[in-house]
Amino acid sequence: MMLLLEAWTFILEHPARFGQALYTHVVLSAAALGTAAAIAIPLGIVVADRARGALLAVNAANIGRTLPSLAVLALVMPVLGTGFAPSWFALTLLALPPILINTCAGMREVDADVVDAARGMGMSAREIVFRIKLPLALPVLFAGVRTAAVQVVSGAVLASYIGGGGLGDFITAGIAMMAVPQLLVGAIPATLLSLGTDFLFGRIQRRLTPIGLRT
Amino acid sequence: MITLDGLTKQYPGTAQPAVDHISLTIPKGEVCVLIGPSGCGKTTTMRLINRLIEPSGGTIELQGRDVTHMDAVELRRGIGYVIQQVGLFPHLTIAENIATVPRLLGWDAARTDKRIDELLELVALEPVTYRDRYPRDLSGGQKQRVGVARALAADPPVMLMDEPFGAIDPITRTRLQDEFQRIQARLKKTVVFVTHDLDEAIRMGDRIAILREGRVVQYDTPEAILARPANAFVEEFVGQDRALKRLSLYTVESRMGPVASVADDAPRLRADTTLRDALSALLGARSELALVLDPSGAALGTLRLEDVHAAAAGR
Ligand SMILES: Nc1ncnc2c1ncn2[C@@H]1O[C@H](COP(=O)(O)OP(=O)(O)OP(=O)(O)O)[C@@H](O)[C@H]1O
Ligand SMILES: [Mg+2]
Repeated sequence: MMLLLEAWTFILEHPARFGQALYTHVVLSAAALGTAAAIAIPLGIVVADRARGALLAVNAANIGRTLPSLAVLALVMPVLGTGFAPSWFALTLLALPPILINTCAGMREVDADVVDAARGMGMSAREIVFRIKLPLALPVLFAGVRTAAVQVVSGAVLASYIGGGGLGDFITAGIAMMAVPQLLVGAIPATLLSLGTDFLFGRIQRRLTPIGLRT
Repeated sequence: MITLDGLTKQYPGTAQPAVDHISLTIPKGEVCVLIGPSGCGKTTTMRLINRLIEPSGGTIELQGRDVTHMDAVELRRGIGYVIQQVGLFPHLTIAENIATVPRLLGWDAARTDKRIDELLELVALEPVTYRDRYPRDLSGGQKQRVGVARALAADPPVMLMDEPFGAIDPITRTRLQDEFQRIQARLKKTVVFVTHDLDEAIRMGDRIAILREGRVVQYDTPEAILARPANAFVEEFVGQDRALKRLSLYTVESRMGPVASVADDAPRLRADTTLRDALSALLGARSELALVLDPSGAALGTLRLEDVHAAAAGR
């Protein structure tokens, strides 16, 4: 309890520092998630129609998934140096696999009879993707975005190691100085941010589920 | 008119062609029923016509044009297709499902809306109730009816219907068959209709093609198939009760004689009753004679058991 109070006091005493860290954390996460989505969703859509491509993409993504976040950061540093950009890059890598895997799975899981009917009625390949497959794949696709979002927000704590800033700065400093309250100033908001992200994206996921599929 | 000439389809990695040199001519405005055991190539034949699959050999002409020279997407927009598995779009409402082809063709909203209501009424689904529902809220039979409405939406001159009434209860099925015949009498579409049910084939078909292992065994009018099965396979396929089935081709009206006095307990029949049902009524009442009435109850004629015998024997 004491510790919490001390942490709270720390925030009140350093509002600008805390605000800056929180802001960086959110911007870094959003940038990484946005970039990953912009790459993985179109890639997933294209690749889903080709059995080989899909297998390859999903396997690559699965390997990517097993890499520890910290290892990714460590691997990026020698090449891209430190700061915001390499952190952005590393977190994007972290967010790619779940989005790619789910986009691909969502598109491939669409009922073959439904696609067949669409083709039989004279929809072009493009129309089938945008009017039928994508709307039906959206809940699964967005579940991937949600997973990625939570991973990125949690992973962004580690950006501090390569000078990316964010709430992780307090944690690293706290550990270095053995100052538990300062550590909590990073850890608690970071945790809350992850939980909040999961909740928010869960709500969006529900909104995106076509009414005809809601249970 | 649809002309299939030597049409063949061999799926990769199969020993036997699924469709083996089928040649059929379906005259404009007629219903051709494809019937035969499961796996005999009915669905494959249909999907070749709208080019969902490409033939391994032979040609398909639609209104005199070779379909392989036409743009597949354009071709399909002009052909109503009811798929065997229905395949409604689960994320779209019933109205939106029906509006699929009109939207692809760029109809305006007012025209599309009007058409949706028209079609829902046609398949006996109250528009106010069903327009905004989703497929998952419908029974299997209701889904099938929406599937038929969706295929009819843009009023295509050609329809491919793959077991369109398969999952519907007998009563609704009969009603939809009647309904379809009424529509067909008016719209005169060229229809390829697949069924497993010989009675349905006899009712719906101007011609019936009996398929076996990818080949046409007999292609003829229902009367001719029932009267003169081409071989033992057809004979077995049409069944021991083919005399009875023939009776379902005729109405009481076409065979009745002039009004005569009948016993009080003689059956009363409507003029559009089939002879098959009339026979059943006569047998049930142990009567030799039935009175034929118009809807207002006035006597139109009498039907004798002998008339039924004569029809069954093809006289
Ligand atoms: N995509 C495919 N690849 C390989 N073989 C196929 C394919 N589709 C159908 N076949 C085979 O072709 C044959 C004809 O199939 P088709 O679906 O045309 O039969 P059908 O007459 O419609 O049967 P049913 O009455 O069961 O619907 C069957 O032996 C089937 O196994
Ligand atoms: Mg079939």
